[in-house]
Order: sequence, then structure tokens, then C-alpha cells
Amino acid sequence: MSSPASPASTAADHAVGHTGGARLSVRNLRKVYTGRGEPVEAIADLTFEIRPGELVCVVGPSGAGKTTLLRCLAGLMPATEGELVLGESAITGPPEGMAVVLQEYGRSLFPWMTVAQNVELPLKEKGVTKSRRAELVFETLAAVGLGDVAGSYPWQLSGGMQQRVAIARAAAYEPQVLLMDEPFAAVDAQTRFELEDLVRTLWKRLGITVVFVTHDIDEAIYLGERVLVLSARPTVVLEDVAVGLGPERDQLETRGDAEFARLRTHVYELVQQAKKGVRSLADAHLTHPAAVDAAGSPGTPGGPEVP
Amino acid sequence: MSDAAKVLRSVLLTVGLPLVILVAWWVLTANSTSYFNPPLRTIVGTFGETWFAAPSGEGFGESRFVHDVVPSVLRLLSGYSVAVVVGVTLGVAIGSSRALRAYAEPVLEFFRAIPPPVMVPILMLFLGIGTSMKIVVIAIGCLWPILLNTVEGVRGLDPVLRDTARAYRLGRVATVRHLVLRGASPQIVTGARQALSVGIILMVISEMFAAKDGLGFSIVQFQRSFAIPEMWSGVILLGVVGVLLSLVFRAVTNAVLGWYLGYRQSQHGGA
Repeated sequence: MSSPASPASTAADHAVGHTGGARLSVRNLRKVYTGRGEPVEAIADLTFEIRPGELVCVVGPSGAGKTTLLRCLAGLMPATEGELVLGESAITGPPEGMAVVLQEYGRSLFPWMTVAQNVELPLKEKGVTKSRRAELVFETLAAVGLGDVAGSYPWQLSGGMQQRVAIARAAAYEPQVLLMDEPFAAVDAQTRFELEDLVRTLWKRLGITVVFVTHDIDEAIYLGERVLVLSARPTVVLEDVAVGLGPERDQLETRGDAEFARLRTHVYELVQQAKKGVRSLADAHLTHPAAVDAAGSPGTPGGPEVP
Repeated sequence: MSDAAKVLRSVLLTVGLPLVILVAWWVLTANSTSYFNPPLRTIVGTFGETWFAAPSGEGFGESRFVHDVVPSVLRLLSGYSVAVVVGVTLGVAIGSSRALRAYAEPVLEFFRAIPPPVMVPILMLFLGIGTSMKIVVIAIGCLWPILLNTVEGVRGLDPVLRDTARAYRLGRVATVRHLVLRGASPQIVTGARQALSVGIILMVISEMFAAKDGLGFSIVQFQRSFAIPEMWSGVILLGVVGVLLSLVFRAVTNAVLGWYLGYRQSQHGGA
């Protein structure tokens, strides 16, 4: 693993500026897969709102329709019912000003293009001038610590580096909203920590709205300003948990924080309850006291009666 | 030093077997008195005169090379190019649309099953025995491997890459150019390679039915006029033309598919 010591170099500050975020609203989203056999209701009824410039993580048990939600948000899949709104306009196809980073880094980069060409292609389509493109490619690759492999092909790089390329491509696109679908599920633990810090750094610098889907509870709390906990399918929002860990996060300090441990326990319990089929906070039996400051909900006074 | 040795070794490996065959042919036929199987020495002796010398002191422009070989190769390249353009275009369209595929596939299977040489008598009725008939025969024969492989290649494109292209709002032209054609290029090249050998066969066959010039025409003429060494030299020249074309093809392939070799290795090596 040849990851540089400081992925968040300050060299890029002037080129990849503060682009600002957009509001993302999901109202009564429902998604039913129809095809051969019985129709499957993946998402029952999702309603939430993400404020401009917010970093929100989405967790839930596996099969909770997290990827379905993200694909709907990205405009890659139509919703069965409900409304998805980015800024002022409804999402009917892949919207302008949105970038995505997918889990399958090895398959989302064009293997016949060099790293630099991969980052540049969406900019070309966007109509960015050649000199500005060169600037953006150079600066974003430097920002993710890949300045020296611009001419390599993606498959010559390690998994973590490939995911950095995907992140650089998203950042260079100067989106208002960045969607990330379990982007670090397939990279090793140490690389994952570096990439998490990279996402926080880019998010702060660009001021964009980030939706980060993950199955990793620690990752969700470490990264997010809020964590949306989803129920099992058909999916609803189980709880919208506010993360009161402040703007500065540190892999050692933050993860050792008492508040971090409390949130971790709470979200963990929620996910366990979700796995058992609990579909609302009122039905959830939590053995540990819930977050006092959790998004407008006092939490459920847990009883010892549940295993 | 070791690099030079490596180059030498690969050259020896490449030319080794052809050399062995040539030497064996040379030695085994050295004392041949058979009229139909003359010594290789005799065949080689007539080679230059047959193909490159001009009759009765005229220039090289009147040699068989210019009169017969060049038109043959030009017809081959024309028909082949038409097949590549039509095959890739149709292949991208059919590969991209499930409905179109279901609609076209039975017909494609039917036409693919027809051996292209049987098209020659039919096409002669419509196009005569001229150049256009031969180009059409070559194009039709070369079309199927290119078309069917392109369809497979386009169909096999990674859906994650397609999603990525859509999410970044790549337009239709950019998607075809940067995603579809590049992604299908390994299969397109496979089809094009098969088509090249089909094309060479059809180039010769189309000239054997009815023609007034061409490499295949010359070989048949020699055979019918019992110019046996000349006939053999024509067969050798045909082989040489085939080898040269495949060398050109390989150079183009290496330029287009340079990425593919390393990519495949990285996939299989589990890097």
C-alpha cells in the first residue's frame, strides 16, 4: 500500500474551491421491484431531508434497501412512488451537479483510460475548458495523494488507490451533492481510515452535501453529522440520529470519545432491532439509554426485559 | 546482453518452424522429377520473374504484382473495411437494445449459417463479374464474425461502468465512443481477426469463379496452362500476403488493446 502520509494536501485549495451544497429532499419514497415472479417492495415509505452542505450517513441491516435508495437518489432508477428533489428540481434522471462513488471501484473506472483521463472525462462532457480541466485533474489528484500516478491505468493501482481515483473524479466534477455507496467496503481497514479522513476533508473544503451509505456503524458515526438508521425491507426510517461529535474528527480521539461509544451502542441496538423486523422507534426495545439530543426524539426508556 | 539474447531467442522461436518446413521442402523436392511437384529451387527461381518482372521489357508497372496482386489486395481491403464499419455499427445498435436483439437474432443466425462462397453465383447474377461483386462477397463474408462478436462485446459491458457513465451524464456520442466501443473492443478485435482470414479466402474464391485479374485468378490461370512452378509461386505469394496482413493487424491491435493485456493480468493475478 503506497498511500501517502497526508492525503489531504493543501495544494489543491485554490483550484477545487468551495462549490457549496444543495438541499436533497425525499418525500414518501416507495420502490417496488417488478419483474419475473412476485413484486418485491424494497422501500416502503422514506421521508427525510438533507440540508445543503450536510454530511449524512445511512446505515441499516444488509438488504435494507440502502443501495436501492442511493440508486433512486442518483437518478439511475425511477421511484415507484414519492418525490425526490435536488435543490429546486425533481430527480427524474441523473441530475446535474451530482457525483457518485460506488462500492465497486475496480468496475467503475474505465480500464482503457489512464487515471487522469478517468478524472477528466466527465469534465469534458460538462463542457469545462481544456485549461480548467487540466487544472482540476492535477489539483484533485494531488488532493487525494495520487499526483504521481496520473498517467497510470487504474488496474495498476491498489484497491484503496483506485477508490481515491473515483473520489478525485467526483471532486473534480465540482458537484453540489456527492453520493457514496459503501465506498470503502472492499478496502483494508487502515486504508479505510485514511479514506474516511479524506472524505471529511474534501467535504469541509467543498462545502457540498454528502450522502454516505455504509453498513459499518462506526464509520457512519465517525463521518456523519447525522445518521439515518433504516429498518429492514420494506424500508422506513427507524431513527434520525444526530451526531454531536463536533466538526473536528480524529481517528484516535473521536473513536475514544464517550459520546462516540454511546452513539455506537445506540445505533448498534437500533440496527439489531431493525434486523428483528422492528419498524418504528416506539416498537424498539433498547436496553441502553438512547441519545438525549437525538433529532427531536427523547429516545425510548429501555427496559431490561429484552435480551 | 541478456536483452539481446532474449530478442534473439524470440526471433528464433518465431522463424524456427517456417525455416524447418522450408528446408524440408527444399531437400525433399530437390531431386523431384514429378511434373506437378517441381523442386522448390525451381519454384523460387520463377518467383521473381513471374510476379515482379514486366513482360517484354516494359516497366514494373506492367508486372503481375501491379496487375494482379494489388487489385486483389485492394478489393480485400475495401470489402473488409465495409464489413468493419457496417458490422461494428450494427453490432453496437443490436447489442445496446434488447428488443432489437430479439428481433434480429434469428435472421442473423440464418445468414451466418450460409457459407459466403455460395453467395458468389447469386451475386454474379445481380452485380456481374466485376470488382463490385467481389467486394460485396468479401464484405458479406467478413460481416458476420465482426457483427456477432460486436453484439457480444456490447452486451457484456459492465453494468457498473454503464451506471457510472449515466451518473456523470455522458451524452450518447461520448457513451458510444468512450464506453461502448472501447469496452467492446476486445471482442470487436477478435471478430475482426476471424474476418481477416475469411476475407483472404473469399478474395481468392471470388476470383476463381470469374475474373480478369487478381491473385486467385492468376493461380487458376497458371494451373490451367500447366505452368506448375508459377502456380506454386502464386500459392507462396498468397501465404506471404496473408502473413503481412496479419502483422499489420497485430500492430493495430497492440495500439488499440494495449490496456487490455495488463488489465486481464491484473484481474487474474488478483492484484
